[in-house]
Amino acid sequence: MTALSPSRRRPRPLGAASRRLRGYYWLILALLYLPIVLLAVFSFNSNTTLSFPLKGFTLQWYERLFASPNLIGAIGRSAVVALGAGAVATALGTMIALLLARFDFRWKGMLTSLAILPLLIPYFILGVALLILFRATDITLGLPTIAIGHAVIALPYTTLIVLARLLGFDRQLEEASMDLGATYPATLRLVLLPIAAPAIASAFITAFTVSFDEFALALFLAGRDPTFPVYLYGQLRFTSTIPILVAAVVLLMTVSLALILVADRIRRRLISPA
Amino acid sequence: MTTAGDTLRTGGAGRSIDPRRRTFWFLSLPAAAALLAFLILPLLFMVALSFRPDLSGQFLAPFSPTLEHYEKVAATGSYWNLLFLSTLIAFGVAAAATLAAYPLAYFLAFRAGRRAGLYLILLLVPFWTSYLLRVMAWRLMLDNSGVVNSVLDALGLIDEPLDLLYNRFAVVVTLIYVWIPFAMLPMLAAMGRIDARLHEAAADLYATPWQQLRRVTIPLSLPGVVAAFFMVFIPTVGEYVTPLLVGGAQGSMYGNIVQAFFIQAANWPLGSALSVIMLGVTLALVFVGLRVVQPRRLLAQ
Repeated sequence: MTALSPSRRRPRPLGAASRRLRGYYWLILALLYLPIVLLAVFSFNSNTTLSFPLKGFTLQWYERLFASPNLIGAIGRSAVVALGAGAVATALGTMIALLLARFDFRWKGMLTSLAILPLLIPYFILGVALLILFRATDITLGLPTIAIGHAVIALPYTTLIVLARLLGFDRQLEEASMDLGATYPATLRLVLLPIAAPAIASAFITAFTVSFDEFALALFLAGRDPTFPVYLYGQLRFTSTIPILVAAVVLLMTVSLALILVADRIRRRLISPA
Repeated sequence: MTTAGDTLRTGGAGRSIDPRRRTFWFLSLPAAAALLAFLILPLLFMVALSFRPDLSGQFLAPFSPTLEHYEKVAATGSYWNLLFLSTLIAFGVAAAATLAAYPLAYFLAFRAGRRAGLYLILLLVPFWTSYLLRVMAWRLMLDNSGVVNSVLDALGLIDEPLDLLYNRFAVVVTLIYVWIPFAMLPMLAAMGRIDARLHEAAADLYATPWQQLRRVTIPLSLPGVVAAFFMVFIPTVGEYVTPLLVGGAQGSMYGNIVQAFFIQAANWPLGSALSVIMLGVTLALVFVGLRVVQPRRLLAQ
């Protein structure tokens, strides 16, 4: 956050404007949280319909959530898909980033465009295209096909994250390593990958989150076993289960927020000495 | 591979070929294979299917290409209306989300002080909740007995609840809401790259704060603005999930008819033709947008 220093070094010429910006920030934040807070409130409300007035406090939705194997199973499947898609997208993204940052070749421009292309295509088109491919090649729809789709849409993010890190380091480190007798693969392993490690980790986390909550693509590529968002969508029709779903999401949000804060702590501790 | 050639000719320091060559193939073959198999090939299959008369027989069997699906699309006004409308909605949503997010990015980049990191995380947490449930939450907001109507009723502004849900209005409001934190990110990144000394120089040259914003910050953050716009525009133009949840029958978008052709009606060739058209429109708009502001400059920095 280097951009923050100037405003503190100089006397602020924009005192009133700063206050207005701060007010705007809190207003937007309140608007963003209002629907979520509502959901959280309803997850403790004893009425089955999500409507006012509230009836009474209950923990039954959370109890029923843990007694619902389909829901737990769907969350587990989403985690598996996200781990797979995240690993594949991170590996491929790192490889492409290395190619773009450290090699010169004729089809470099094309590789750049292709790696970014999924970002430029609406998800339903990618979903439709992959569905056609799997149908044509007789690949049964299931968790692997969802993971493939998610790896494709996560690839631009992972590539760009790792690429930004690699471009920030000059090549002298590698040249030094090779002058000292390391082979190029060894240099890659011992110099470049450790340099890129924080970016690779953040690429994986990004890909994981992109996949875990993804629905538009998964709906086309899901077989009989739904991932969490697909399951959620199927259940939204049955009003009686909605409070349980809300409870599940509130719980997931709390867990992921905790994970994010912990990961942020770790990241800071790892990065700050560098 | 000029380096490889040079090394070959000079004989190198004991290495007969560029030592990076094998690594190059090791890195590029899997990447190229994956991109071909799961990005290029599916899109080609989709284009091919859009020229296929019907789905009978073997999927990979040869067929005599036909333009009938494109002719059908061209002759059906409602498809074009929906395409135009979806583009318009995406344009409006992207513009609104980008505009609403710009002051947020500005605040985080220049005015938030030491707690900018915390402020950023607070903004992003809603983004980590389930997309479907965030959209669902807007049903609670816009429903006849929802928050907005309750508040308006309590204030005595309305006698009867307004019909806010299950129409285009609900879709647009929900989409803007969903995208604001996301649109903020590329602009924040662009602002973070602005050299702080430029602001000082502008101030030293007696630029008013307003002039600083207009002449320094906005032009330099423009690539981020364009990136934000398209990062909202592209998913929105192909949106079908939000209309399903809060749009109802009146709030359908282009993606909904395609989804229906693939999942309910099973007219895949026609659905493919519609997808190809949407792909063409999207890529054309992106191409024009990228010509206006070259994001390569972003990457170069």
